Amino acid sequence: MAASASASSAAFAQYLAGQRSKELLRLITCGSVDDGKSTLIGRLLYDTGNVPEDVVAAARADSARWGTNGGELDLALLVDGLQAEREQGITIDVAHRYFDTGRRKFVLADTPGHEQYTRNMATGASGADLAVLLIDASQGLQRQSRRHAYVVRLLGIRHLVVAVNKMDLVGFDETAFSALERTVASAFASLGFEAIECIPLSARGGDHVVHRSAAMPWFAGPTLLEALERAPAGRREPDELRLPIQYVHRRDSTLRGYAGTVAAGRLAVGDELLALPAGVRSRVQAVLTADGEVQQAGAGEAVVLTLADAVDVGRGQVLVDPARPAVATRRVDADLVWMQDAPLVAGGRYEFKFAHRYVAGAVTALRHRVDVETFDTGPAGSFGLNDVGRVEIELAEPVAVDAFDEHATTGSFIVIDLDTRGTVAAGLVRGTGGGRLVAPVGGVDRARRAWQKRQQPFVLWFTGLSGAGKSTIASGVEQALVGLGHHTYLLDGDRVRQGLNRDLAFGELDRRENIRRIAETARTLVDAGLIVLVACIAPRRADRTQVRELLGDDYLEVFVDASLAECERRDPKGHYRRARAGTLPEFTGVGAPYEVPLQPDLRLDAESLELERVVKTVLDFLAARGRLGAPADAEWSI
Amino acid sequence: MSATASLADVSESRCLRAAEPHRRAMPASLRALEAEAIYVFREVVAEFERPVLLYSIGKDSSVLLHLARKAFAPGRLPFPLLHIATGWDFRDMLDFRDRTVAAHHLDLRVHTNPEGLAAGLKPWDGPRYADVMLTEALKQALDAGNFDAAFGGGRRDEEKSRAKERVLSFRDEQHRWDPRQQRPELWRHYNGRIRRGQRVRAFPLSNWTEADVWAYVHFESIPLVPLYFARERPVVERDGALIVVDDERLPLRPGEMARLERVRFRTLGCYPLTAASRSTATTVPEIVEETLRSRTSERAGRLVDADQAASMERKKAAGYF
Repeated sequence: MAASASASSAAFAQYLAGQRSKELLRLITCGSVDDGKSTLIGRLLYDTGNVPEDVVAAARADSARWGTNGGELDLALLVDGLQAEREQGITIDVAHRYFDTGRRKFVLADTPGHEQYTRNMATGASGADLAVLLIDASQGLQRQSRRHAYVVRLLGIRHLVVAVNKMDLVGFDETAFSALERTVASAFASLGFEAIECIPLSARGGDHVVHRSAAMPWFAGPTLLEALERAPAGRREPDELRLPIQYVHRRDSTLRGYAGTVAAGRLAVGDELLALPAGVRSRVQAVLTADGEVQQAGAGEAVVLTLADAVDVGRGQVLVDPARPAVATRRVDADLVWMQDAPLVAGGRYEFKFAHRYVAGAVTALRHRVDVETFDTGPAGSFGLNDVGRVEIELAEPVAVDAFDEHATTGSFIVIDLDTRGTVAAGLVRGTGGGRLVAPVGGVDRARRAWQKRQQPFVLWFTGLSGAGKSTIASGVEQALVGLGHHTYLLDGDRVRQGLNRDLAFGELDRRENIRRIAETARTLVDAGLIVLVACIAPRRADRTQVRELLGDDYLEVFVDASLAECERRDPKGHYRRARAGTLPEFTGVGAPYEVPLQPDLRLDAESLELERVVKTVLDFLAARGRLGAPADAEWSI
Repeated sequence: MSATASLADVSESRCLRAAEPHRRAMPASLRALEAEAIYVFREVVAEFERPVLLYSIGKDSSVLLHLARKAFAPGRLPFPLLHIATGWDFRDMLDFRDRTVAAHHLDLRVHTNPEGLAAGLKPWDGPRYADVMLTEALKQALDAGNFDAAFGGGRRDEEKSRAKERVLSFRDEQHRWDPRQQRPELWRHYNGRIRRGQRVRAFPLSNWTEADVWAYVHFESIPLVPLYFARERPVVERDGALIVVDDERLPLRPGEMARLERVRFRTLGCYPLTAASRSTATTVPEIVEETLRSRTSERAGRLVDADQAASMERKKAAGYF
């Protein structure tokens, strides 16, 4: 039997009209144990007529058994749902309540105040627009209240209502309230709330919760309900498209539909989109909803897109406006709220879930911990249960992220324990390892390969006399670079002579060809994204100039400077001896000239070979030139 | 992908399309709830190997099924339906179930606990009946089907311990719910990682209220079991509750005589554990009005919940939906 529209009565029409004009406000309530939070929520629901009669009757029966109100109706029992909660008179877990008034619909996440349940408070705060923080007027601002204010602000809540409860216990005294209001204002000033409203009330007596109170005629501000009805609903986010792909429909070979909920911004048929981190572009061909085809869709809508190109974009890719993209990165700086007993230490390996995307990774460094009661930051060796602080995360694969303050959906993530599979932390993206790391778009090229290796490719060319220590130094530098996680290749002149260049002799032209081939090989390896070390005499200035012209900025010339006398003394391969004996003609330094570099990028004093010192000199030089970091933006602009 | 193919898809999806004037008039808050439910369906199907939808034929199940079909339109529903039949289901409900399955070509599995059947358990045998015929039966069916995720129509506004339930609710190997060990649910990044043998229950209607369900039924013209609408039915009054005499299996007490009354059901459970209420509401708008006027909660009609304080929490901990 289906509904019939014609049967709609006037009352029903009026109800629907009311529903259509009502905005939805999501709020969280938090407070310390004994601040009277459950009583306040019970009062709010009861006085707005949102509690059914049989539920009130059950609560009356419970009041006689567990009530704290001398057998009178204990409003807390309307909301404390778990047996243990009623027995212990505390709230253990987040409970959700739904109520409406003439103006608004409310979803209230009621979260426990007990210190050990901070993780549940973070859960409630992650979905809320506004927080109501309870303070007991007779107790003043507690340490836990400071913790609550910090956590709700951390999770992005900008509007705080401070409910100063139990005003009856301080004789509804205006001075007491004003003093507390000042304490609150100064205590929370540094947290960056856009609004903090303090309201004096008594939940038990119903003063100033829903109805104005005759006991506090001096207070001209709103009742708690009025404040909730006036506060801005929803979270403001930039109007930039963010559509994380949740599910790919493959009904048959003809349909490839990308399903997801628009997290921010709008999209319309024909719009150009960029999928990150894949870096693939296409255009919106059609926007389907369960109710048929539409021309456009906006934030909050669950849609299915078809794209104009047959691109392969899977779950976890984020569709963005190419002009205002998210950041694709493997490094994330984040604030974590740690939620398990086992501590977090640097090097800990976890799984991370970003918008529909699980990625393995590690917390590589703990930058600082925040004392959530003083709001000071300090060094941290580890994070324990309920600790909050800044960390650096390195991921096995890139993800598309935004700063949490701008985009909550693409700016947040959870941390999952590899063993228990439980959620061990809430994460908020604060940065991406120092740069805007944007995935290069299109085919695989040098930038893409380098980005994959997270390094800047270049050629480090060691020139100098035979026996100066070029191969030894290059090999030492290569080991150090690999130790730092770089991908390298060492081209040794002697070995190239035995393979690729074994057809060449030592005449003028062949020497030039030898250098040209080594330079071309180095160029190929640089294009592959590698850091290339060349150990090769390259005695002619003109040849080296040609190499520099070929490789451009990728070429770094290192002059390994040892005197001929010293090299001849070392003579590791016996070349000098044979040259002097006349059996090795045109040997550089004896039968052929070595033209000393006039402006090498680095000159190494190799007269006495202390390998460790020399390697360090090279690494310091590379770091100073900025060659050891991840690639800069300019190389991979979209 | 050709343009023709996508047009064909669109026309197919129109099968699900509600009457346009209704749709346009749907309040934004209801559209948001719809999108949220679709999100949950897609997330669970993307992450779990063998999901199943627990279909109990009532209004919440009907809305749940409608949303599931929308979540995967224009494709087919990528999971089966599971009905736990107790043998004490209203005949109207079974007829409705079979018509729905046929109309949408659904894959329906029906399970009844064979031990309870053999023992001849009756609804009036006390809490053991619900434990065996509902809770145990559900666990048997989930184990037999190897289902790692089960969608349910539970709403947080139904009852106090439900208010503590997560959208993605984690259950251990014995299907138990431990309210003290629930996973934090942050933003909408649901943690779908479980170990072998563990499973989840997913509640796409978590944030819906009873009024939302009815308003949605209206806007989407969702068919419901006729028992929700007032009609003259044979009833007996017991301990203040109106029990519909659906067939001769209900033993009448001495002096009891079925009489005709205009009644409807606000919630549907097991006959005869569900009480009817006097009503004249024969259309959805009339029901919405009645619901808004009502000063009692929806579950007041469920005799099965009244057997002890905090009974729902106890049942949920044991594995009840």
